Amino acid sequence: MVKALREEVKRLFEEKKVDLVIGWGKGSLPMTATPIFINKAEDAERLIWDETCSNNLAVYLTKDKRQLVKTDQKIGIVVKGCDGRSLVLYAVENQIQRENLVIIGVPCAGVIDKKKVLKHIEGKEVLSASFEADRMTVEGRGFKTEIAKCDVLSDSCLNCNHPNAPVFDVFIGEPRKSDSVEDVYPDVEAFEKLDSEARWKTMVEAYSKCIRCYACRNVCPSCYCTECFVDQNDPQWIGKSPEITDTLIFHLGRNLHVAGRCVECGACERACPADIDLLKLNRKISKEILERFNFTAGLDINEKPALASFCENEKQDFIMG
Amino acid sequence: MGKTFNPKITAFLCKWCSYTGADLAGTSRLQYPTAIIPIKVMCSSRVDPVFLIRAFLKGADGVLIGGCHPGDCHYESGNYHTRRRFAILQSIFDSLNLEKDRLRLSWISASEGPKFARVCNEFTDKIQKMGPNPTRKNMFI
Repeated sequence: MVKALREEVKRLFEEKKVDLVIGWGKGSLPMTATPIFINKAEDAERLIWDETCSNNLAVYLTKDKRQLVKTDQKIGIVVKGCDGRSLVLYAVENQIQRENLVIIGVPCAGVIDKKKVLKHIEGKEVLSASFEADRMTVEGRGFKTEIAKCDVLSDSCLNCNHPNAPVFDVFIGEPRKSDSVEDVYPDVEAFEKLDSEARWKTMVEAYSKCIRCYACRNVCPSCYCTECFVDQNDPQWIGKSPEITDTLIFHLGRNLHVAGRCVECGACERACPADIDLLKLNRKISKEILERFNFTAGLDINEKPALASFCENEKQDFIMG
Repeated sequence: MGKTFNPKITAFLCKWCSYTGADLAGTSRLQYPTAIIPIKVMCSSRVDPVFLIRAFLKGADGVLIGGCHPGDCHYESGNYHTRRRFAILQSIFDSLNLEKDRLRLSWISASEGPKFARVCNEFTDKIQKMGPNPTRKNMFI
């Protein structure tokens, strides 16, 4: 698989189809992959593709790397299912020029959440990790443990129906057959079943851990405003202290800004240093949007996001006169 | 601090319809409660969800959005977007056990001064019955 990917990228460079390829390379720590930018064919050897490639690479097409998109550079990008959905979102929102992009799809069987692995081995230091079909082996000083992969998969991968990018130019290997999960939101349903007091309590407990580092916003492919509302000083929308009211305004505000645009890649949750279950509210909103407006973000390049479109004769039972 | 509860209701009113409706209510000498604190916005879809969340979590007892009737938006489709957004916002409020009945979206046109007064009276009565915003106790405001 990795070999095919490298060959393909080499071929793209040789045929001058791309000037730059964004992909994953080996990280400096075990169980990590780091985004790499390749601008010559030889460097294709640095590419990897495995369960550690959790970053959503689509973010590099906006934000800090925005200048890349504006030039006429042809960019190749290696994408999983969710990254591919982000690209569709960008195309719909006019953030990228599709013709300047070569999308290289890879079949994804889910990525691991490093924090879950560390929890599993009680925070011991991992010196090496290897992956087999459905399990992984982690080794450190004085221990060697085998962990079932389904125990350490990122939350976003547990009920994923979109393992392949919806739009691609080249695909490495065979597109993975979707698991066709029927019940996509079991976690949200469990949350909804809690009684109202408990729902509030879980949320406040979770969010009170927030240190407001904004890592979730920075890795989020859907959060690409040049100036985020939390950074604005005049008017200042929220206080700067990690106090629960302001924290909630930040999180709810962010959730609602990405409502109908969130591709549920789980990047926010994996980036969170305080280990907050950030995806839950996003998924709750996605579920609501699916039920109400029958829309899932990032699947159709011709469809506007749910909250950017409307239907004139919609149900408006919630409006009281 | 008196014992009586005087609610505070933040009202985001669209410039073209609801705000003019409020104006009409005033010039027609219609009584509506002083609990309403109107904020003029250019369109009901200008009301970012952050405004509502902030108003609510910082202690407003109720939040009202007034917009043009569907089809009458000055910008053609703003209020349709408001409607979708509001639906999602309410469901989020509900799932967090924040009382979603404290949020209200009403379509009030420029000629509906009496309707504006009625909506304000109804909504204030309701908030009066519901009591102060419980997040005031839960949060350190």
